[in-house]
Amino acid sequence: MMDGSKFEDALTGEQKIRNFNLNFGPQHPAAHGVLRLVLELDGEIVERCDPHIGLLHRGTEKLMESRTYLQNLPYLDRLDYVAPMNQEHAWCLAIEKLTGVEVPRRASLIRVMFSEIGRILNHLLNVTTQAMDVGALTPPLWGFEEREKLMEFYERACGARLHAAYFRPGGVHQDLPDALIDDIETWAKAFPKVVDDIDGLLTENRIFKQRNADIGIVTEEDIQNWGFSGVMVRGSGLAWDLRRAQPYECYDEFDFQIPVGKHGDCYDRYLVRMEEMRQSLSIIHQCIEKLRAPEGRGDILSRGKITPPKRAEMKTSMEALIHHFKLYTEGFRVPEGEVYAAVEAPKGEFGVYLVADGTNRPYRAKLRAPGFLHLQAMDHVAVGHQLADVAAIIGTMDVVFGEIDR
Amino acid sequence: MSNALNELGAHIEAKRPDCVLGWAVTLDELNVDVALASIVGLVEFLKTDRTCRFTTLVDITAVDYPERAKRFDVVYHVLSMYQNQRIRLRVAVREEDMVPSITDLHASANWFEREVFDMFGILFSGHPDLRRILTDYGFRGHPLRKDFPTTGYTEVRYDEVQKRVVYEPVNLVQEYRQFDFMSPWEGAEYILPGDEKKEEAK
Repeated sequence: MMDGSKFEDALTGEQKIRNFNLNFGPQHPAAHGVLRLVLELDGEIVERCDPHIGLLHRGTEKLMESRTYLQNLPYLDRLDYVAPMNQEHAWCLAIEKLTGVEVPRRASLIRVMFSEIGRILNHLLNVTTQAMDVGALTPPLWGFEEREKLMEFYERACGARLHAAYFRPGGVHQDLPDALIDDIETWAKAFPKVVDDIDGLLTENRIFKQRNADIGIVTEEDIQNWGFSGVMVRGSGLAWDLRRAQPYECYDEFDFQIPVGKHGDCYDRYLVRMEEMRQSLSIIHQCIEKLRAPEGRGDILSRGKITPPKRAEMKTSMEALIHHFKLYTEGFRVPEGEVYAAVEAPKGEFGVYLVADGTNRPYRAKLRAPGFLHLQAMDHVAVGHQLADVAAIIGTMDVVFGEIDR
Repeated sequence: MSNALNELGAHIEAKRPDCVLGWAVTLDELNVDVALASIVGLVEFLKTDRTCRFTTLVDITAVDYPERAKRFDVVYHVLSMYQNQRIRLRVAVREEDMVPSITDLHASANWFEREVFDMFGILFSGHPDLRRILTDYGFRGHPLRKDFPTTGYTEVRYDEVQKRVVYEPVNLVQEYRQFDFMSPWEGAEYILPGDEKKEEAK
């Protein structure tokens, strides 16, 4: 015990030592948002770590119960605002599963492409800011430049850089112009150079290695006990990826590798993220090719009651006009039932549990965020490490408070 | 896919007939209704049984049905990375019931149960640290219950005179509107605005 009880010769109270309690956050730059950690320190060693979350709680799930399915879609962007479209994807999949809507091929390809762009957006931010947490300043500057380019693609597809609201139940909101696809291809050809540059800055960097190797080791047992998913699993050598294990959308027709780590430490998780970016690029290239093929050029919405009619149709057809009005005021109804739809979001398994009661609003929507479980294990992973390692561990856990606090 | 799920459902029912109240495969997902007292036993069985190995807890949540005697459904999602299958377990719970905690089996249940307690006020017996998790320190009420208003009861602002954040009852400039889209032709049960005068005249 370090509370001083063993030192019988201590003469004054000052000579007795007790553990130091430290508030880490909620305004700490390495807390990646509004995380408040209550740390109990013995010298520099963490003895207990109690994350206080909820500082960004906005009651999304409650708000969703009083809005229509379509009005709820933008809330999903605001969960993990680093890769917004991946969240929308889960919401759309849940609705499509309940209503039994088939997504047209072109929309499916566009979704896959933007999901992978989202993955690169996320990993760029995570890898580079985690490097900043352990002392490197250049990587975020380089990474954010690329993020800027990617968000421009977001903007050109849907008009918004971050809160896209682009994936819709039944497809995607608007078609991509050919010029955009060409520009994405140009970017995708140049991007490996950027990954190599970041690679050159970090991978063999002595300080980066010292700060990350053998820090925050996650074992297979931890993964099962704490419900990890995504890179937290793959960094420890389990090739678990929902895109491969339980394919959704049209991921089964793509050719990609699942990188896995060996030791399950922060450094391996960094390596896995770097390799995943390269794999995502390969998927993007395959998407572009498929989008240009004749069978990839069709409609982007399944034209039924849950999607709007074509603009031109509305000019001539009264039915189409009524349909449009009813869709955007009353919304569409989803048959009674409950469904759980999960996607491999960049951070791990993001799931939507939807209970529909046959009206135009969800009876209950539960958003299952991967970061919630990762952060929960903070106490387990960080205990015994030094205070400075806490920042490195939070960084590779890849937490974003939009999705944890909801 | 659903064949395997059917086999799995039958297997669970055969091995644990006392726990399973019923099971069904809907939309390619296996739903199992579980008795409240046997939830821990079933989760343990699912975790350790060789043909199941549902070792990952994906989610715990609840759904509120105020009109039912057993008001809440506590819903567990478990995943087996080894079998590549998912199961949903549902437990119907009365408002005053205590749900046995599964934190001893799945460490990850800790925060999920705290969240369900915070949002629905369902108590978990045997939970090591049942504090609120998402809401404010000192928050009262359980927001995801259907009888909790979306606007809440209190609002906060910074008071310039007292130099601190003060809590006040919610003051709405306009009443919070819940739109009802049921048209009168579909048999809506409410009185349309203006029609209440007609009732008085009679």
